[in-house]
Amino acid sequence: MNTDKNNVFTIGVGGAAGEGVKKTGINIASFLRDAGFDIYLSFEYPSLIRGGHNFARLSFSKDRVWNDHSKLDVMVSLNDESAELHKNEMKPDTLQLSGLPMPEITQRIQNILKEKNIEPGEPKGVLIDGNTAFSRGLMAAGLDFYISYPMTPATSILHYLASKQTPDGLKVIQPENEISAINMALGCVYAGKRAAVGSAGGGFALMQEAFSFAGMAELPLVVAIAQRQAPATGVPTRSSQSDLRFAIHAGHGEFPRIVLAPGDSEESFWAGADALNFAWKFQIPVIVLLDKILSEHMMTSIFDENSVVIARSETMVFPGTLDKVVKVTSYEHDEEGFTVDKPENVKKMVDKRFAKTANIEAEMNNRETIKIYGDKSSENVIVFWGSTKGAVLEAAKYFNKEVKMVQILWVEPFPKERVLEELSKAKKIICVETNHNSQLASLIREKTGIEISEKILKYDSSPFDPEDLAKEINERIKE
Amino acid sequence: MEPNLSTKEKITWCSGCPNSQILVSFRKAITELVQNNELKIENIAAFAGIGCHGKISDYININSFTSLHGRLIPAMTGTKCANRNLTVIGFSGDGDSLDEGVEHLIHAAKRNSDVNLFVHDNQVFALTTGQADAMSAKGYKGKSTPLGNIEEPFNPLLLLLSAGATFVARTYAGDIEGTKKIMQAAIAHKGFSFVDIIQPCITFFDTRDHFKERIYWLPEDFPKGDLKAAMEKVSGNLPAGEESIDEKVPLGIFYKVEKPTFEEELYKFS
Repeated sequence: MNTDKNNVFTIGVGGAAGEGVKKTGINIASFLRDAGFDIYLSFEYPSLIRGGHNFARLSFSKDRVWNDHSKLDVMVSLNDESAELHKNEMKPDTLQLSGLPMPEITQRIQNILKEKNIEPGEPKGVLIDGNTAFSRGLMAAGLDFYISYPMTPATSILHYLASKQTPDGLKVIQPENEISAINMALGCVYAGKRAAVGSAGGGFALMQEAFSFAGMAELPLVVAIAQRQAPATGVPTRSSQSDLRFAIHAGHGEFPRIVLAPGDSEESFWAGADALNFAWKFQIPVIVLLDKILSEHMMTSIFDENSVVIARSETMVFPGTLDKVVKVTSYEHDEEGFTVDKPENVKKMVDKRFAKTANIEAEMNNRETIKIYGDKSSENVIVFWGSTKGAVLEAAKYFNKEVKMVQILWVEPFPKERVLEELSKAKKIICVETNHNSQLASLIREKTGIEISEKILKYDSSPFDPEDLAKEINERIKE
Repeated sequence: MEPNLSTKEKITWCSGCPNSQILVSFRKAITELVQNNELKIENIAAFAGIGCHGKISDYININSFTSLHGRLIPAMTGTKCANRNLTVIGFSGDGDSLDEGVEHLIHAAKRNSDVNLFVHDNQVFALTTGQADAMSAKGYKGKSTPLGNIEEPFNPLLLLLSAGATFVARTYAGDIEGTKKIMQAAIAHKGFSFVDIIQPCITFFDTRDHFKERIYWLPEDFPKGDLKAAMEKVSGNLPAGEESIDEKVPLGIFYKVEKPTFEEELYKFS
C-alpha cells in the first residue's frame, strides 16, 4: 500500500471546546472549497459546553474525497495540549501551526499548495453536512412543520429548520418531549400539513406507539433517526449504525413503511425529499436513517432543490371540507373511520394497508436502491450502508486488487432481487458496518438467503480510518 | 338547519352512564352554535383519548381524531397550528389526561394552545375495570389496590390554574343544560380551556349521591379574572371518597383571562 500516490491532504484543528475549533475548521474548508477542492470535514467533541478537547479534521483533494484521514499533513493547535493529544496522527513532515490568526493559517496552507504545484480550480459544490442537506430535501418537498425535542446528533436539523421559518410557511415547534413531538406532528398531518420529526434512537424509542398509530391510521409522516452509539444514553456525541433493525421493525403491530439509508450529504438531501413525497404518496410513515458521521460531517455536494417534484395523495380529505366528515382513529376501523372488531373487518383493513406494498415496491424498482462502485465484474464484493460508504470508498483508493462495492440505500422494503444479482456470483463478500451484530449482513441473509461470513465491524463509537480499513480489506482479499 | 349528529354506531356505555349525558350536552351545544351561525360544522375537529370517554368519537357525526391513550392534547395543538380556522375540542378522561398524558396537559396550559379539553372525570380507570387512577381518593379499593389506594389524588383545577390555563371550569354531567353552557363558554374562549366534568362511574365508583348533595353553581358575580380567588375557591374541594368531608363542590367558571395563544405567537414571529 502506497499512500503517497494519492493526492489527499489532511489538516487537523484542535483546541478546547468553546475556542472555535469548528469555526476554524469550516473557515479553512470554505477557503479550500472556493479554491476548487473536494472536501470532507469531520468534527469530534465530547458532550460538554466549555473545556474538553474538540477536533476538526479535513481531508481535501483535487479528486473526490469520501472520508477524512487520520494522518495529518498540517496540525493547527489552538491550545497547548492539542499537539500532544494527536501525536500519533503526526507524520515526520507534519507542519505544526500554533497561535496563528486565521489569515496567517490560510496563507501557510496556500504556500504548501504552491510548493506542491497544486493549482486552484472552480468550486465543486456546496460544503454541507447530512442534517442540513436532509433538511433542505424536506423543504424542497414542501415541509410545513418540523417538530422535535433536542437530541444529539439530530439537533442540528431542528436548529437549521428553525432558522428557515417564514411567516406563513415552514413552522418549527419544540414541545415538551418526543412523545408530544410525534403526536403533534400527526395532528398537523390530520389537518393536511406535511410534517416531520427527528431524534436519535433514544428519542425515537419514545415515539414507538405513535409511529404505530401513523401506520394504523395511514397518516403520512417522516421520521429522521440520527443514530449515535447506544444502547440507552450511550455515547451521545459518537456514531453508530446499530438502529437498522430497530427502524425496520419500529412500532408495535404490522404495517408497511419505508426506511431509507443515505450514505452522504447529497443522498441525505434526496432522502429528505423522497421521504416526504413517499409518505404522502402512499400514506405511510417513512424513516430516514442518519448517523452522527453523516449528520454532522461536511462534504462538498451538488444537488438541485428545483428538481424536486412535490407528490401528493389524491384521495386524502381534511377537516374543514364542506359536507365531509373526516375520522381518524388509533383503533382498528372501517373505511369511514368507525371502530370495528369483527374478525372479517379487522382482516379486511390489515389487507387494505398491506395492499400498498405492491405500489411501494413498484416505486422502489424505479429508484436507485443500491449503488455499485469499483470493478463490477470482481468476485470480491464489499457491501455496506449509510455513512460507512465514505470510509469504504476512500479506502478503495488503497486497495491492492479491484473489488466490487455495493451500497444499500433502501433497507425496507429490501431490494432483494438487485442485491441477490450483485452478490450471488461473488466468491468473497465482506460486510462493513459500525455495529456489533452485523445488522446489514443479517438482513441480507434474511432477505436473500446469502450468508456473509466475512465482516468488518466497529462498535467502539469511533469512525473507520480509510487507510486502516484498506489494510484490513487488503489482508482479506489477498488470495 | 339542525345538523345531523348521530351515527350508525350503537352506544356501548353502561346503561345509565353519565357519559351519555355529556354526549347530549355536547350535541346540544354545537347544534345551537351551528344554528346561530357561530360555528360551521365542518370546522369542528373533535379529539378523544382512550378510555370510556373515547367512544364518543363514534357517536358524533363530525370530524374526529381518536388518539392514543393520553396523547390527544399534542395532536390537538398540531391540528390547531396547521389550520387555525378549526375549532378544536378534546374529550379526555382523568386516567387519560391526568395519568398517562399529564405532561401534555400541563404544557398545553402553559403554552395557552387555543384548544378545549373536556375531562370526563370519574375518579377511576373504568374501561380497564376499576383500578385507582390519579383522581382516586386515598383508601380507594380497586383490583390493583385491594388494601386501598396509598396515594393522594390531584386537584386538577388547582393544577391547571398553576400551569397557566386561561379558562378553568367545572361542571356536573348530570346537569345537561349547565354542562352545555360551560362547553359553549369554553369553545367561545380564545386560549386553553379546561373543563373538569364530574362524571360518576355507576359501575366502579358510584358518586352520584355524594355529588348531588354537594354541588352548587358559583354566583354570577364570582370574579373570573382573579387567579388568587380562583385558587382559593378550588383548593378546599376534596374529591369524593375522602373521609369526613362536608365541603360543598362549586361548579362554574373559576377563571377566565385573555392572553396571546400559542398559535397566534407561532404565526406572529419568524
